[in-house]
This record gives sequence, C-alpha cells and structure tokens, in this order.
Amino acid sequence: MAGLSDSYGTATEIARAVRAGDRTATEVVEEHLARIAEREEELHAFNTVLADEARAAAARVDEVVSAGGDPGPLAGVPVAVKDNLCTRGIPTTCSSRILEHWVPPYDATVVSRLAASGAVVVGKTNLDEFAMGSSTENSAFGPTRNPHDPSRVPGGSSGGSAAAVAAGFAPLALGSDTGGSIRQPAALCGVVGAKPTYGMVSRYGLIAFASSLDQIGPLAAGVADAALLLEVIAGHDPADSTSIREPGIGDLRAAVDEGVDGLRIGVVTELAEGAGPDVAARLDEAVQALEAAGAKVDETSVPATTHGLAAYYLLAPAEASSNLARYDGVRYGLRVDGADVSEMNERTRSAGFGNEVKRRIMLGTYALSAGYYDAYYGQAQRVRTLIIRDFEAAYADHDLLLSPTAPTTAFALGAKTADPLTMYLSDMCTIPSNLAGHPAVSVPFGTGDDGMPVGVQVLAPALGECAMFRAAGALERSRT
Amino acid sequence: MAALARLRLTDEELDRFTVQLGAVLDHAADVAALDTEGVAPTAHPLPSVNVLRDDVVVAGLDHDEVLSQAPAVEDGRFRVPRILGEAP
Repeated sequence: MAGLSDSYGTATEIARAVRAGDRTATEVVEEHLARIAEREEELHAFNTVLADEARAAAARVDEVVSAGGDPGPLAGVPVAVKDNLCTRGIPTTCSSRILEHWVPPYDATVVSRLAASGAVVVGKTNLDEFAMGSSTENSAFGPTRNPHDPSRVPGGSSGGSAAAVAAGFAPLALGSDTGGSIRQPAALCGVVGAKPTYGMVSRYGLIAFASSLDQIGPLAAGVADAALLLEVIAGHDPADSTSIREPGIGDLRAAVDEGVDGLRIGVVTELAEGAGPDVAARLDEAVQALEAAGAKVDETSVPATTHGLAAYYLLAPAEASSNLARYDGVRYGLRVDGADVSEMNERTRSAGFGNEVKRRIMLGTYALSAGYYDAYYGQAQRVRTLIIRDFEAAYADHDLLLSPTAPTTAFALGAKTADPLTMYLSDMCTIPSNLAGHPAVSVPFGTGDDGMPVGVQVLAPALGECAMFRAAGALERSRT
Repeated sequence: MAALARLRLTDEELDRFTVQLGAVLDHAADVAALDTEGVAPTAHPLPSVNVLRDDVVVAGLDHDEVLSQAPAVEDGRFRVPRILGEAP
C-alpha cells in the first residue's frame, strides 16, 4: 500500500510495543508532536494541539506499564479527535465562532472510552462548521490542506482528522459522518475511514448535526487499525437512547484477515455512474482484486439511491435547524447583547454562524414549515423508506455492495465554494448509507490521473461490519 | 424564514442565499414529485421505541462547571435580557 502514511508506525504496532515495554508512550508521543510541529502550520489539521495534556497522558500510561498493570488496548497510541466531540475541560468549538471559546463540562462517551483504552489524545481537529460541508473550507478558523497536495482540500467535514492521519500526526483519528464526512475525506487523503451501523457507537457528547444520520467512526492509515479503534469505541451506552444493545460489533480484527472467499458483492450501478474516468478505472481494479481473492462480483441496481442527495438535503438541514436552535446565546457560547431576548438570539446567531450553516438552517426551517412539511420533509422521509427497501432487495442476493467513495479526487481549495450544489454532489455515493443507517468503509485504492488518492467504498447491511471489514482487508492486501 | 430561524440577514446575504437555496430547492422539487403512494415515512433507521431507564436518581453535570461557561450568571442561574412581548 503506497502512500504518505505508510512510513509511520501503525497503531497496532505502537500498542503492542508499549504494552510489551519495548517503547515508552512518552517517546511515541514526542515523535508525533515533532511531526505536528513540522507540518501543522502548513496543513492546519488542528484547532487545538494538546501537547502538555498528551505528554501527561503518556506519562500515566508509562507509569501503569512500569507498575505491571494493563494500560489498555490502545496503550500510548496518539489519537486526533474531531472538534465536535466534547472533551471536558478542553475547548470544543465545532469550528464555529458561536462555540469558539466553549469548554465542555463533560466528555463524550467515545472520548471516555479512548482514555480508558490508554490512547493519548494529541489534539482537536478542524472540521467544516458544525460538520456541514465536504471540504473543511466552511471552518470559521480557516481550511485544512490536503497533505498530499496542500493546494487542495482534504475533503470534509472530518478534513482535519483525515489530514492528521495522512500526515502522520496520529495513527488514529475520530471523525463523524452524517452524509459521508468520514469516508469522503478519508478517500481524498488516502486513508481508511469507516462509518458504523447507526447506533453502533454512542453519540453522547457528539455535538448534534442531524440526529437520525450522525455516527462517529475511525480514520486510520490501515484497515486493521481502523478495526481496532472501532472495537474500542463501539458498544451500548445508556446515555444515548439510540445506541444499539445487541448484538455487539463482532471480532472486526479477525474479519480483516478472513478474506472474501465466497462473498457475493454487487457494484451499485447508480453510484458508479457518477465517477470520473480515473476513479471508475480504480473501481474496476478493485472488482478484479476481489474476484481474484475469491469473491463473486456483479453489478446491481439500487434505484432509489438516485434520489438520496435530494432527500438528504431536505432531511439533514431540517434536523439541523432543530438541533442548532439551542445556540441562542443563553447558556453557553457566544452572546451578542440585545434589548430583549429575541434580539439577543438573532444577533448572536447572525454573528456566530457561518454562511453554510445559515443556508442549511434556513433550508431546514423551510422544509419543516407549515404548508411545506409534507411535500418536502415528509416526502424525503418516504424516499428514505424507498432507499432502505431497494438496499434490502440488493442484499437479498449480495453480502456486500461496492462503489466509489467520491466521484473525483481532491479538488483545489476554492474550486467549489461558489455554488453549494456542486459541493453537495461530492457526497452522492456516501449519503445513501447514512439514510439507511448502514455501515460503510472507504479503503484507499490507488490514485487518479492527477496522482491524488482514490478511495473505494464497501457498503454492508445494518450490523454487517464483519463482512465489510473482510472485504476492506482483502482490498488493502491486493495493493501491497 | 430568516426570522423563524432567528437569523438576521443583510440584504446582500438575502439576495445571495435566495439564489443558492433556489437551486437546491429545484432539486428538492424532484423529490416532491416522486410517487410515494402507500410508502410509510422513515424518521429513524432503528426500530427502537420508547427507550426507558429505571427511575433512579443519578448525578447530573456539575453546576459550577456549567455556569462557568455561561455568558451571564446571577444567583446560580442563566441571566438573559428581558423577555418582551410575544415571539415573532
């Protein structure tokens, strides 16, 4: 597997070495902080680098190891955390002016699980404001740049997390995915990015964008590392009433090595259609690789996915307009004063939100307003049912589906900012999985004509993470 | 819409957003036109209904820590400007 992040140590190897006492967590964190110091100014992957906190956490891991205790499965592994995940005592901004100085009074459940696993959080990564975007250009604090070519975007909204992994700042990162925000930046940065089944990972402490679509997931240079992180963060959480109780996520790390012999995989016609010719060529190669590894691959139609984009851009903004109503200047975040509460709300929100957030709030408000509710929001909900049905039909005779992750490689900064619609099209392949609540993973698979990374997406039915990781592992091995 | 969403936009923003949102809504009109006769809406991908927990008191957030992040505090409460008249 060729790529920037290959030359850096894997999370699996670091954890093994630290647990065995072959390396100290302190030494590992210094190595990563040095890389951050070298390229962070150029790339802006982070909103906040946590050098002192990381050193302290690493020291604690080293103490546990010295004392003969169990430091956890991710002992000493540096992790970058998307800045829409609450970290107690540490600023969590959602890359928005409205939360620029906000410090959460609690940790997100995934953050608590990371700490318990011995991982060392090295920083909070940049994102499109409130996770709304596909390029990280909507950040109120400036864009992140693609480590493979800094004149280009890293994708979004988890662009900072993807760039951090691609640049070797951390072997692991956490992102969030509502319409593709883990998978698309992973593809554009040449790393692995996975979205689990809806409900598989607790959303407690994930600052909400669209509650029926949001999921937290791992980014990593390799499939085994992504599986390792996902195993650590997955599981039922009483603090999230949408979190799944049974079954658990399964033995993902074993699945990575299991191979695809006998698996039936379908390339989704409607999603493959949108790809540029070089991306399409990589997808063909992926098909051949899976067939060589023993899978049966054909083409299959999931017709309703054609309407996924339009349904998403009604549903997600509608949910967002409700979720972002809480930013009113009353209890936290920015307050711009006014003569009365109404005026204070308006001035605060107008000053605190960026353009894309405002657009989506208005779109959502419109879709939910009297007279339009059924035609727009209600209809989009029904389209969602059609998408789920069409996926069910495809999975009647397939174990997994395949598509490009993104239609093109990373575009230049500024190339798509004039017309929101052009930007929205970047998510056409990833959105259907969010609408259906299904897991999907992007695996790096070669480069485009411009030398930039291409990602191939494996889709699975709900709770199909093990099968998904079997294919991801096979795809990765085929390129080494 | 802006007023409903408690947003105050400049004239320039109003013009620009009207054009940009118009394009998105044209797309959305495709969705509105689809035949979904007899199709039930899906609000949520999981079949869960009424997830409850035992009615046992558990600790909440630390008051001081929460209030330390508030723009204005008085008597252990969030202080806001007066609430005047009816909502728009």
